[in-house]
Amino acid sequence: MSKFKKKKDGGLPAINTASLPDIVFMLLFFFMVATVMRDSSLMIENRLPKADQVEKLEKKNLVMYIYVGKPSQGYKAKYGTEARIQLNDKFAEVGDIAAFIAAERAEKREEEIPALITSLKVDKDANMGLIGDIKQELRKVNALKINYAAIKGGISN
Amino acid sequence: MAKRAAPEVNAGSMADIAFLLLIFFLVTTTMEKDSGINRKLPPIQDDDQEDVIIKQKNIFTVLINGKDQMLVEDELMQIKDLRAAAVEFLDNGGDGSCTYCKGRRNPKSSDNPDKAIISLKNERETSYETYISVQNELVGAYNELRNRRAQEQFGTSFLEMQKNYKDVQWIGNKTKLKERIDQIKLEYPMKLSEVQ
Repeated sequence: MSKFKKKKDGGLPAINTASLPDIVFMLLFFFMVATVMRDSSLMIENRLPKADQVEKLEKKNLVMYIYVGKPSQGYKAKYGTEARIQLNDKFAEVGDIAAFIAAERAEKREEEIPALITSLKVDKDANMGLIGDIKQELRKVNALKINYAAIKGGISN
Repeated sequence: MAKRAAPEVNAGSMADIAFLLLIFFLVTTTMEKDSGINRKLPPIQDDDQEDVIIKQKNIFTVLINGKDQMLVEDELMQIKDLRAAAVEFLDNGGDGSCTYCKGRRNPKSSDNPDKAIISLKNERETSYETYISVQNELVGAYNELRNRRAQEQFGTSFLEMQKNYKDVQWIGNKTKLKERIDQIKLEYPMKLSEVQ
């Protein structure tokens, strides 16, 4: 009956891992398609406030971002601890906003310009003085569509 | 010479390479969907434009001071009570011209939703978080009224209508939907002024 005797050479058989690359590639392609590249690295603290009446921003290429917040740890020594504006990859002053908007507009086609939205990504600890200045500056360059970036969630008192 | 089969390439490290790429994409990309409260700033007025006189009863003033306290019509109020107060003000319909309003028709409050203006003031020291909470409540008040009106007229909420309008896959008459949205917007226009 040696014909039916199972071979027992001890140890578990190795699991076939040939399809592992396929699985990982599938994940990779999913992330490549579903995500967008980070366009600027943040040099400020940026914890957005919460709100429950938020609307989603469509058409990402028609959005200009203005970041406001306290400089993050590495930049505290150089730029202080007061809330600052970040445009693209550098710190900016309120006066630089007009030039920034003009530069963003120059990149877009003419018919897209009225549809541009300025998204204000402001840290929740910032105070309104600076935001008021930014809004005034945006009014001067006629960039009137704005969006106060917020996370969907219950409001805080 | 005997023909030899090509040796099989070892694909064991393929997974490692793919993982490396995957991790790179995970780190460098964002999946965040931008969301926020859409607002429109008033254009800068020319100096020769004369001021429009608005009756005091048609203005609902909300002031947030530097200590994040909120004054509504000169009285201290908590943020949780703001939405109801704003709805009451907007929906008052004091002059009777608003047939769909369900308010108390208090002659001391706003005439109709078209004339009612909410004025939001803040100080330089006001924190952004509080400001956004207040903005949110005021936008919420408008949405509440618009939803109610849309529910009465078309049997669906205003937010649902807006969502359908933006949805590419939605089957239905978009021109008609747009007309309905515009009608609701006209009946409860969002007159929310942010002054410095």
